[in-house]
Amino acid sequence: MSATTAGPAVVTSRLGTGARVWRFVKRHTLTAYAALAFAYLMLPIAVVILFSFNDPLGRFNYVWQGFTLDNWRNWDGVLGLREAVTTSLEIAALSTVVATALGTLMAMAIVRHHFRGRGTANVLVFLPLATPEIVLGASLLSLFITAQVATGFWTIFVAHVMFIVSFVVVTVKARLVGFDRHLEEAAMDLGADELTTFRKITLPLLAPAILAGALLGFAISIDDFVITYFVAGPTQTFPLFVWGAARVAVPPQVNVIASAIFLIAVTIAVVNVIIASLRAGRRQQGA
Amino acid sequence: MTSVEQPADVRLESVVKRFDDVVAVDGISVEIPRGSFFALLGPSGCGKTTTLRMIGGFEEPTEGRIFLGDRDVVGLPPYKRDVNTVFQSYALFPHMTIEENVAFGLERRGVPKGERHGRVAEMLELVGLGGFGKRKPRQLSGGQQQRVALARALVNQPRVLLLDEPLGALDLKLRKQMQLELKRIQHEVGLTFVHVTHDQEEAMTMADRIAVMNRGRIEQLGPPQELYERPATAFVAGFLGVSNLLPGTVEGPDAIRLESGELVRADVGGRTGRVAAGVRPEKITLGPGGGENELTGTVSESAYIGVATQIVVRTPAGVVQVFAQNVGTGGHMPTPGTAVTLTWAPEATFVVDRNGASAGDDSEEEDT
Repeated sequence: MSATTAGPAVVTSRLGTGARVWRFVKRHTLTAYAALAFAYLMLPIAVVILFSFNDPLGRFNYVWQGFTLDNWRNWDGVLGLREAVTTSLEIAALSTVVATALGTLMAMAIVRHHFRGRGTANVLVFLPLATPEIVLGASLLSLFITAQVATGFWTIFVAHVMFIVSFVVVTVKARLVGFDRHLEEAAMDLGADELTTFRKITLPLLAPAILAGALLGFAISIDDFVITYFVAGPTQTFPLFVWGAARVAVPPQVNVIASAIFLIAVTIAVVNVIIASLRAGRRQQGA
Repeated sequence: MTSVEQPADVRLESVVKRFDDVVAVDGISVEIPRGSFFALLGPSGCGKTTTLRMIGGFEEPTEGRIFLGDRDVVGLPPYKRDVNTVFQSYALFPHMTIEENVAFGLERRGVPKGERHGRVAEMLELVGLGGFGKRKPRQLSGGQQQRVALARALVNQPRVLLLDEPLGALDLKLRKQMQLELKRIQHEVGLTFVHVTHDQEEAMTMADRIAVMNRGRIEQLGPPQELYERPATAFVAGFLGVSNLLPGTVEGPDAIRLESGELVRADVGGRTGRVAAGVRPEKITLGPGGGENELTGTVSESAYIGVATQIVVRTPAGVVQVFAQNVGTGGHMPTPGTAVTLTWAPEATFVVDRNGASAGDDSEEEDT
């Protein structure tokens, strides 16, 4: 970089002020633009985190009053919040596990086997991603009413499995399409039966895609409001709790939970980056 | 065809493989003796890879039987067959180290860890990759990956090693080097190698016996010299090296009348009717003295290629290619338009049936 700028720098000194300003603008426009875009994305989150330390006077946490750590200390100091968060985590974990197993198998069936209705299955699996959530929620509710299923924890679970499956199928399918079948043949050639081959070769190689699908599903499950609202019955998830609370009061503990979720996500992402760069470093040393 | 000195390690009996309507392998019977380096040679889509995959257990034959030793293996999955394969794409497990890759087969058979370690190290040494064990496959070059694939298969000491175009992805120089290396390793370990390739030079360099395949059938089977000197069909003559095929009719047990009228002396091997007399370009002498067979023509092109001069001569019988070895100094080159006489010996002449089938000189990638 320094070597290439040395030449033009001499030229710049001979240019007029206008030209120099123009050069400066040209060089820094992209940086400024990126900074603005980043701020636009991050500002709301910053406000959420900031207000988790607010000490509001009234029932609404909208105006900055003063700094306190009380909200973080008594994060479950609001009636029903703890239960709602627990329910959300339970549903997300359970439905992600079930949907990931189902979705992985479905993706394998769709990519690797020719069966009647394969094309249809392929389209149907994609449908929950393309359908507006409000339509899905309403139809699910009418399905449950028609079938006389009491709505609650398990109907939320079923609904979440349904849409997480789609994410898992889409990500795993993409990985499977580029999968070298010779790897599995090589494993069998070397004495591994079908199950061992799946365990030792197929699964480890699909793992990144499965994990990506699962994480995506988990995040969306935690976050989902619209579909959950229809099929929740008396059950409260965290988004439903926030929605309910917002009509009477928004306690700062809501910000605490939101900030915590954000921080956990960021931590995971950062750790991932660090591990990846450590690995890359080790690889370069080895080579 | 030729007598078998050793008991067969691999035996195919009228093996047929059909994919829906396409016949990939059309009735192959062959015996591969123990300890031999056997090549299946042919152009793309001739069925050679399918044949190999049936021996490995990745495809089941539609008809026929496959024996490994005395055991009929049809219906057995790959992991119950005492063969190992080196895949064209190497198929190294990307999430495992080189050591783990090579140890995979031993691990499956429950070889204890200590012994496993020793054998893996020994095998990596044999293929010249000692000290690479801790790396991942993607950190190795193509040639190194190829050796790992070889080590991974060989460490299991299978009855038969199957090689599916193992050198296809390497550049020319490395390929030449690996050809000799493979031959050396085969000699050292003494296993039966079955090698699939579309490269006739590769097959000739390495194999003791070659089966030339075309359209799902074996056209000819024998040692390399025999295939080259005495090709049985026009396809084999064209696929292995360059041939001049002169159409004619059998006139006696040792004579063929060319369509242009000349008489060519050659052992017709009991053939009658329409045949072609064949002769390799390097066996033709420019000028008299090369032998009893003679053709006259005019030089239409000549190209100096260092070790030899390649000359194309137009004769009434057809276009004839000649390789003149540049043994002397100076390198005389006949200029185009010169009238020349071509002579060659009856013993250097082979006879094939004229059935229309002929080989393209070279073929592209093999499809699986």
